[in-house]
Amino acid sequence: MVSHSRDRPAWQSLDSGQLAVLGTAVVIVLCSAAELAAHGGLDAARPAVIFGVLIALGELFKMNMPGNREVAPISTAGALGYALLLGVGPAQVVHSPLQVAAVTAGGMFAGSLPHVAVGRSPRLDAMARRLVAATIVAFLFRPLSGHLFPADLREPDWYGALALMAAVVMVAGCVDMTIAAVIRAETVRARFGIAFVDEVKAGYLLWAATAATGMLIAVATSVMGLAALLLFTAPILTTQFAFRRYAAVRMTYLQTVRALSRVTEVGGYVETGHSHRVSRLSVATGRELGMAEEELLELEYAALMHDIGQLSLGDPIPGGATVLASPAEQRRIAELGAGVIEQTGVLDRVARIVRRQSHPYRCESETAPPLASRIIKAANAYDDLVGDSTDRDRAAAVLERLRLDSVSEYDPAVVEALGRVLDRRTLRF
Amino acid sequence: MRGLPLAAWAYVGGVVALAATLLSISSYDQVDWQILVVLAALFLICDSAPALLSIERARVSMAFSASLASVVLLGPAGAALVGACALGTWQLVPPVKRLYNGAQFVLCGWVAGTIFAVLTPDQVPVEEQIAPFAFALVAYVVTNLLLVTGILLLSRQATVRELLGEMQQLAPGLLGYGSFGLLIAGTWQAVGPVAPVLVLLPLFIARWAFAQTAAQQRAHEATLATLCQAVETKDYYTRGHSERVSRGSVMIATEIGMRPDRIEAIRFAGMLHDVGKLGVPTKVLQKEGTLSEEEFAAIQLHPMRGLEIIREIGFLDEALAGIMHHHEKLNGRGYPMGLAGEEIPEFARVISVADAFDAMTSTRSYRPAGTRAEGIAELRRCSGTDFDPAVVAAFLRALQTQGWEPPRAVVLPEGEPVETTRQDHDDPSRPLKVAGENSAW
Repeated sequence: MVSHSRDRPAWQSLDSGQLAVLGTAVVIVLCSAAELAAHGGLDAARPAVIFGVLIALGELFKMNMPGNREVAPISTAGALGYALLLGVGPAQVVHSPLQVAAVTAGGMFAGSLPHVAVGRSPRLDAMARRLVAATIVAFLFRPLSGHLFPADLREPDWYGALALMAAVVMVAGCVDMTIAAVIRAETVRARFGIAFVDEVKAGYLLWAATAATGMLIAVATSVMGLAALLLFTAPILTTQFAFRRYAAVRMTYLQTVRALSRVTEVGGYVETGHSHRVSRLSVATGRELGMAEEELLELEYAALMHDIGQLSLGDPIPGGATVLASPAEQRRIAELGAGVIEQTGVLDRVARIVRRQSHPYRCESETAPPLASRIIKAANAYDDLVGDSTDRDRAAAVLERLRLDSVSEYDPAVVEALGRVLDRRTLRF
Repeated sequence: MRGLPLAAWAYVGGVVALAATLLSISSYDQVDWQILVVLAALFLICDSAPALLSIERARVSMAFSASLASVVLLGPAGAALVGACALGTWQLVPPVKRLYNGAQFVLCGWVAGTIFAVLTPDQVPVEEQIAPFAFALVAYVVTNLLLVTGILLLSRQATVRELLGEMQQLAPGLLGYGSFGLLIAGTWQAVGPVAPVLVLLPLFIARWAFAQTAAQQRAHEATLATLCQAVETKDYYTRGHSERVSRGSVMIATEIGMRPDRIEAIRFAGMLHDVGKLGVPTKVLQKEGTLSEEEFAAIQLHPMRGLEIIREIGFLDEALAGIMHHHEKLNGRGYPMGLAGEEIPEFARVISVADAFDAMTSTRSYRPAGTRAEGIAELRRCSGTDFDPAVVAAFLRALQTQGWEPPRAVVLPEGEPVETTRQDHDDPSRPLKVAGENSAW
């Protein structure tokens, strides 16, 4: 679904949320450049340059978290630290919020150059979000920073300063996650409320660590001077290392399940690409129905492995299409598959989804299957009957058949959502 | 701890007595009690939380950071007192161990504190504390490691060689988390008890991520193993084969001294080596008697089918090569490519030995399981022609030290038609019979 953007100018494929945040970032950059020009350069150039270098290094070591979320904790911590800076050693610093924006933008630009040099195109929306967050902190905190110094003391009132810092970074964090949610809701077509909760869940811990480090850097630089900068990025380095490994393992796990779900194809049990198509269709339908990210991951796993039970059959059922098998046979395959998945000991919820995928939506003797099972049932039936054919009439006919069956077999809401997903797809091709 | 040797008891007694003496003769005039209470609480909280890095006998926790902060902020006497808090840890440990740990943290704190106090006699700015702190930190870690080594050696829980290996793993962690103590101490004068919160929050979050990583890794392995088993369920006799080949490959890899990340990769490669067998029609696998050339071609292609499936996993390329070539023979008469000698990737040479040994020592429908001795004899016989002699030798050495758990006897369910293989492509002692071939494959 990415290919459709190839033949259009890049900006036309951006959603409005992305455009808004990029526009804001451009305005920030222009304003800060104008301010620097009017001011005739940087206030206190040395700390500005050193913080800029830290931000650049952070950009260099940015990483991707699960859900393809780009983060650069060290860069963000550096930018927050510079925005919250009260002094360098004994000397008080009074740089303007726009100077913070200029230093952050400069550092980010320098840090992305190596990425561009090796052919990785920068994720502009993620970078713009980082710039906006740092600018918000600077605009909220810097005007107040002068008031934090009691009249007769050189030392700031630290507890007051810390409270203000914490409040400001929290506000910036909320704004950042809101922007992220708007962008995500548009790109993956999820609802905003659900996307927001997903963003908060995915990002709050890393944001907390980043914010704490930003505050720590600000405090330490005021106490010990610029030498502290190097020492005090050590905690966030540890955090970054830990999260990078976490993201890598999550990725490998997903790849393993995606790859091994193909054993049924290689074994000739199902048509080539069936598991992948069913999982893509299921996830899109689940999102349409407002499922959260965690549930979508389980849905994806279950959809990928929904036919794994066929491995226990001696011979493939004809054509591999479970929808054409007898209900008893379908149930048996689902049971066998769930049994296999249960053996992992870690995917119990996925096993439950797979077990009930063959159950009819309305049945007097038992409760309705979970939503994920209903989605897989419909997506599987659709793919069994349409396959990789791109014939629109056939697709429409199959969808009509599912609609007719939705009195008892399929959940009408799921079939409608599936229909909307397929409509969009047809329009896009 | 019961049955501790006499020497170990004496050692524990000595350390505890020394710590108690130090605590009783120290002067606490200069200790700031407010800081002490906060750091002691911090020490206990960190020590009772799950460890950041833990190996069988030792753990690194953020209590180290608290302890080293007390070295700077409180001096020798205070640092010793903070160390004594280990007595009150919430972890479940036997009383002797609790007492010993407390005593050794007292000694570590006191030694490091003394060194730091001697090197910085007056109040100096934080930048000038870095070098003295580094000395104190090293002294702390060395004292700690020495004391732990002493008790482990005397109680005969570990050998010197094992301990050296573990120390190499532990020392960087200890030094790293210890050095955060300076960060806490450095910002303490400005923000007081908020300093440890700011320093340790990112670390606590990192620990959460480490724990998640470990959980995901376990889940990944369990899922992989289960899916491999699912592939094997077709055949009663090959159940558990992947698991055992994986274990055997790891034994060999460890024996020939592969790097840990490569060992990890070969573990997965061993597990997945036969996934492509699913692409071989059941009737070919179950055929008795001579295989036609097409049928044999289907078998020969199974490593490629396996590769097709797992290529998408972000593996080391080496693991892929290992799976693709695990049926190559040293003399160039294997499949699918007919590579010979050094052309065969190392992973493939390792996996093929484990694979063949397991096939020979497992029951097959056409013969009972071979004994371990028979398997070894067969490996020796084919060493140099089929298998890399160095790999075979490493496997035999590993067999002697670690042993081998052969598959349990196969009990076929009665009354149902059962699917079993009639010929095993992995079994070098009984080559596949192929029409038009009179040489053994």
